[in-house]
Amino acid sequence: MQKLLCDFAIGESGVIKCVTGEGKIRRRLFDMGLTPGAQLTMKKKAPFGDPIEITVRGYELTLRKAEAAYVEVELL
Amino acid sequence: MKTFALAGNPNCGKTTLFNALTGATAHVGNWPGVTVDRREGVYKGGGKNIAIVDLPGIYSLSPYTPEEVISRNYILDEHPDGIINIVDATNLERNLYLTTQLLEMDVPVIVALNMMDEVSKSGDKIDAAALEKELGVPVVEVCALKGGGIKQLMDKAAALPPARKGATVLRGLLNKRLEAACAFYESEAVLSPLFHAVKLLESDELELSRRGAAEVFKNAADGADLEAEIADGRYKYICEKLSVAKVKADRDVMTKSDKRDKLLTHRVWAIPVFIVILFAIFHVTFSEDFLYMGAWSRIGGGEGLPAVDSLNLSDGLATFVGIFYDGALFSPGVILFNAFDTVFGLITDAVGGAISVEWLSGLVADGILGGIFAVLGFLPQILFLFLWFSILEDTGYMARIAFVLDRVFRRFGLSGRAFMPMIMGFGCSVPAAVNTRTLADEKERTATIRVIPFFSCGAKLPILVAISGAIVTSFGVANADLITYGMYILGICSAIVCVLLMRNTTLKGETPPFIMELPAYHWPRFRNLMLHLWDKAKHFVKKAFTVIFASTVVIWLFSHLNWRWNYIPDEKMNESIIASVGMLVQPVFTPLGFGSQLGEFGWVFAVAAITGLIAKENVVATFGTLAACIASISSSQLGGVDISQILGDEEGVTAAAAMIAATGITIPGLIAFIAFNMTTIPCFAACATAKAELPKGKFRWTLLFWIAASYIISSAVYTIGSWWWTLAIWIAVAAAITVFIVLRNLGKFDITSIFRRKKKDGKDK
Repeated sequence: MQKLLCDFAIGESGVIKCVTGEGKIRRRLFDMGLTPGAQLTMKKKAPFGDPIEITVRGYELTLRKAEAAYVEVELL
Repeated sequence: MKTFALAGNPNCGKTTLFNALTGATAHVGNWPGVTVDRREGVYKGGGKNIAIVDLPGIYSLSPYTPEEVISRNYILDEHPDGIINIVDATNLERNLYLTTQLLEMDVPVIVALNMMDEVSKSGDKIDAAALEKELGVPVVEVCALKGGGIKQLMDKAAALPPARKGATVLRGLLNKRLEAACAFYESEAVLSPLFHAVKLLESDELELSRRGAAEVFKNAADGADLEAEIADGRYKYICEKLSVAKVKADRDVMTKSDKRDKLLTHRVWAIPVFIVILFAIFHVTFSEDFLYMGAWSRIGGGEGLPAVDSLNLSDGLATFVGIFYDGALFSPGVILFNAFDTVFGLITDAVGGAISVEWLSGLVADGILGGIFAVLGFLPQILFLFLWFSILEDTGYMARIAFVLDRVFRRFGLSGRAFMPMIMGFGCSVPAAVNTRTLADEKERTATIRVIPFFSCGAKLPILVAISGAIVTSFGVANADLITYGMYILGICSAIVCVLLMRNTTLKGETPPFIMELPAYHWPRFRNLMLHLWDKAKHFVKKAFTVIFASTVVIWLFSHLNWRWNYIPDEKMNESIIASVGMLVQPVFTPLGFGSQLGEFGWVFAVAAITGLIAKENVVATFGTLAACIASISSSQLGGVDISQILGDEEGVTAAAAMIAATGITIPGLIAFIAFNMTTIPCFAACATAKAELPKGKFRWTLLFWIAASYIISSAVYTIGSWWWTLAIWIAVAAAITVFIVLRNLGKFDITSIFRRKKKDGKDK
């Protein structure tokens, strides 16, 4: 099942299918390791539910839901 | 001398390695992006000296944040003899991503594999030899923290061949596309053609702007999404090769970091916990009633703990006990302060008594020592506060706070990343302004730099402590630590309001993104903390004996000379040059509560505020210098403050108390005075840094902003504090402005059209 990263529940894992968006933000997501094929796990949400924390490529990354909406993930 | 550049991801131990290599004491923090400027030092371990350049930490060589551009340009334009690429072994995948980019440049590279001890602790294994074989450049295991492997690293670095041809890990179709782009750059005779070619295919802005490059890109890309393919290609390569080099151990999913995180970033408790931690820090540093023992003992009509005076101790013993206790136990920060202050008081007395010439004794004891000690007395407390902030930063907690508070920051049009420079502002505005380089958005940077001074820095602390202490002794109200805490909160609130205002008017723009690494928690390192404190202390003491020393001498001289350049004794200080200048400026501060309404020595506050523009420590130093003089005037004029107490004790609190007694300033006036100094134009050094860091043309407006903000905030504090009903007026004005801005931003109201019409009318005439 395919899902946007921003819609993930805590504890869910998946493999990135594609990263949409453009320019700076997309580039940044790539640089931080969010490339197609990377496996990630949703770790937690900050107070007020945003931003979120994920584990990707063996480290902890935080990003906002708005940016996570660019990442399409195949649920595991 | 050979030059090597240190490059690597943020928070991978690069600065620690730099310190280990050069013996420097650069500040290290557990926060991605502590180093934002390049730093240089010399490695002297080997036979030959080697220059080391520490570049800012970067994830990639893309052109989007200033620090990435700094690093990229340094390597491309300044031609270092080699790059030491430091790689965090605990986070190999993402760290090697940068390595694959560095390898594309025509420059010798050596990889330093850091934090291998942590890797073996977790049970993983990394085969450095296999990695070396795969990457084609030397790989050396180091432990930057303990200095292990440094010698081997530098020996191998010195033995690197003088030149290396760039190589890419990109394979297949991508490699074919690269050939055309490469040929273009080779024909242009550009150095590192491969690197430029890859960047071009990534549709890098800097490359596309080159003449003819856009055409080459179009032909090579042929409509494909190369940016994604290249990033993907790099990570695919790393994953494949890592399976050769890395063996992962089975382990529990829940690490120690996770457990701590559970509470510290809890959805409900994170923010209350943060507020409690901040409050505890201020309490331990500033409270004169530690753990509220004094207050507890009075609950239920109890007698409370006895004051020192009522204990019938001998003088010496009373002074000694008074350092720790007076009706309540002091907090450690206050005890430190008192201890230093007692010693300084004794020195001043001894020196003053030893000189028999009246004016010389006055200059040395009151002018120089009074001023400098008033400032130096606060050093232990400042360092103590700094220690706590360093611990929070070193453990990795600060980064979590950025995560927790991002949602709040976004409300004001900033990202959670802006939190770091702001917190650094509590220490000193200068590094804080430099740190804003980690913010990618220019408008966010400008807004952040402008409000950094509102986060009361270490040099403003003496103003706060001296005056809040004086309010307690002179008016007998509230706890000093609560006033101090309240002023910090006022500064933060002012910053929030101003950022909101700017982001909705002059600095409009989209909320910048927030994509940040959260470093693993680790225990603060003692050596690291001490280095940090030592750095701060050095800076502070140096300033006390240069800028502040000079200022106090000048202030003393001008307060003891009249316009005919004759020496005048303390009693006639009102005829001095400084008094007449102060009186001239004084009326400006009337709406702020420390202007014309004050009594005879009212000009002192005006003078103190102005000297504060050079260095904020000067405000209290000015009090220290002038209070001693005022105190020697008859006690009737001072409204009953014990002169001997002031004379025997030059510290800021008594000096400020003397000022209160002499001028008859009210509590709202004093609070407004603190607020003014906190929010107005910062010290000289901070202004120079802000000018350098701000985008062109913004500095003039920033100065104006500081003056306007401080004037408005302080007059609000004063009027509301003096006449509570004026609160209604302030709220009404604020509401009107808010409505106006909201309507304008909704497009219902166009003020520029009015101006435009006026301009046209003017032209017609």
